[in-house]
Amino acid sequence: MATLGSAQLPAEASLPSAVSAAPVAKPAPRHSALVRVAHWILTIGFFALLLTGIEIVISHPRFYWGETGTVLTKPLFQLPIPSSRKLVPTGYAFVLPDQNGWSRALHFEAAWIAVLTGLLYAIYGLLTGHFRKNLLPSKADISWRALWASFTKRLRLERPSEAEAFSYNGLQRFSYLVVIFVLFPLVIWSGLAMSLGFVSAFPWAVNLLGGRQSARTIHFFVSLALVLFLVVHVGMVWLAGFWKRTAAMITGRTAARKEDA
Amino acid sequence: MINLARRRLLITGVAAAAGASGLGVAARLARKHGLIPPDGGGIYGLGETLSYASQRLLTRHAMAREFPRSSISARPFPNEIAPLTEEFKRHQAAHFADWRLRVDGMVAQPTSFSMADLRSCPARSHITELTCEEGWSYIAEWTGVPLSHVLNQVGVHPQAKYVVYTSMEPDTWDSIDMADALHPQTFLCYGLNGDELPVPHGGPVRMRVPRQIGYKNLKFITYLTVTDDLKRFGKGLGSAAAEFGYAWYTGI
Repeated sequence: MATLGSAQLPAEASLPSAVSAAPVAKPAPRHSALVRVAHWILTIGFFALLLTGIEIVISHPRFYWGETGTVLTKPLFQLPIPSSRKLVPTGYAFVLPDQNGWSRALHFEAAWIAVLTGLLYAIYGLLTGHFRKNLLPSKADISWRALWASFTKRLRLERPSEAEAFSYNGLQRFSYLVVIFVLFPLVIWSGLAMSLGFVSAFPWAVNLLGGRQSARTIHFFVSLALVLFLVVHVGMVWLAGFWKRTAAMITGRTAARKEDA
Repeated sequence: MINLARRRLLITGVAAAAGASGLGVAARLARKHGLIPPDGGGIYGLGETLSYASQRLLTRHAMAREFPRSSISARPFPNEIAPLTEEFKRHQAAHFADWRLRVDGMVAQPTSFSMADLRSCPARSHITELTCEEGWSYIAEWTGVPLSHVLNQVGVHPQAKYVVYTSMEPDTWDSIDMADALHPQTFLCYGLNGDELPVPHGGPVRMRVPRQIGYKNLKFITYLTVTDDLKRFGKGLGSAAAEFGYAWYTGI
C-alpha cells in the first residue's frame, strides 16, 4: 500500500472506506513533476551563471557605486584576486587568461533558460496554489520565537523530524520565499539593468538602482547571497539525508516511514 | 488506470509536438524578420538569438540614456590598443590630412571621405556612457557625424541589411544591422569632450554605437561597406570579435 501512509495524513485516514474501494490512485508525489524539472534546470543554470559570473568578474574585480567607474577612479572595494586584464592594478605580477567571450555568451544563455523556467514555475506556483500551500508559513510559524527555535535547531545540527520529509518547516518556507520572491527578482533586475539595449527602452530599470555601477555591485552581492543560500540549502539536505531527499527531488517519491521506525 | 496512463501519454505527446512545431514556426518567423544574429548558430546560438531578437522587437527605436554635462567623467579611460602600425604613424604625423574613409557595397555612389569632408557634415553630439564588457564605464561627450547622414549621402540600397566597418588596426572589423546603423545616436565620432578624438580613444575617427558594448565601438575607422549578407565577410559570423568567441550583438 501507499507508503505515504495513513498515519502521516490523519485527514485521509478518517475518510469513509467507500473511497478506498475506488481505483487506488498513486499517492501524490512529494514534489510535483514541474517543480522537480524546474529545480534541476535551475540547478544547472545556477552553476553555469556562477562559473561564468566569476570569470566575468575576474576581468575587472573592482566595484563602484553610482553610474560610472574605471581603473582611473577610486573603487568602492576591490577583490584581492588577480585579473584577466593587464590594465587592472591588482598587485599580482601575472595576468589570467581572458575567458570573457564564452563566459558572457553562456552567462546570458543560462540566464534566458533560468528566467524562462522560473517564469513557468512562478505561473504554476500561483495557479496551483503551490506557493500558498507549500511555501507560505502557517501563522504559528511566523513568530520570531518559532523562527528562532527552528533556526537554533538547525544550528545544533539536529536531524529534522520525520514530518519534515513531507512538508517544509517554517524557517525553510521563509527562506525559500525570500529566494524566490526577493533574491531571484533582484538578481534578474540588476542584471537587466546592465543591458544597454534593455535600459535604452526602460531607463528606470538602471536609474532606480542608482546607476550602472551600482547595479553591477548589487548584482554581485545578490549573487553572493544566492551562493550562501545554496551552501546552507545543500547543508540542510545533507543533514536530512542527502540521497533520500535528492531522490525525492528526482523521482518525486519519499522513502517509506517504516524504514526509520 | 490504463486509460489514465494512455491519456497522460497522449497529452504529453501533443504538448511536445505543439512545443516543437511552435519552436519551428518561431525560428522561421525570426529568420524572415532578420531576428537571427550572424553568430546565431552553435551552442550559444539560442542565447544570442533570444537576446538579439527580443531587443530588436522591444528596443529598435529606443534611445541610449543621455546625461547632463555635470556627470561627464573627469578622466575618460582609453582601453588598450594594439601597437600603432607604421602606416598609422605616418597619418598621425600628417595630422590625418590624408586619412580616408571609403564607403562602398550596396550604395548608389561609392565615396571616399577625408576628415575635412566628415567635419563639414552637420555635427552632432551626445553625452553618453561608454561601457566595457569587462565591467567598467565612463561618461563623455561624443561629437561626430551621424552614420545615417553618411549613408544617406552615398545612397544605401533598400535591400541593405548591415554595415560592415573596418579599422586600421590589423584584422579588426565589425558590423551592425540597419537598426543601429540608422539610429540617430550612432556616430562616426571624431570629437571627445570638446576636443579632437585622441588617438588612444580611436582618433581620428571611431564608430560610436552607444546602445552596444565598448568593443563594438571600433577605433581608427577607414572603411565601410554596406551589405545584405554577412556570410561573405571573414568566417561569416559578422565580426572579427565573434571569431574569438565574443558575441556579435552586445546590447546585453
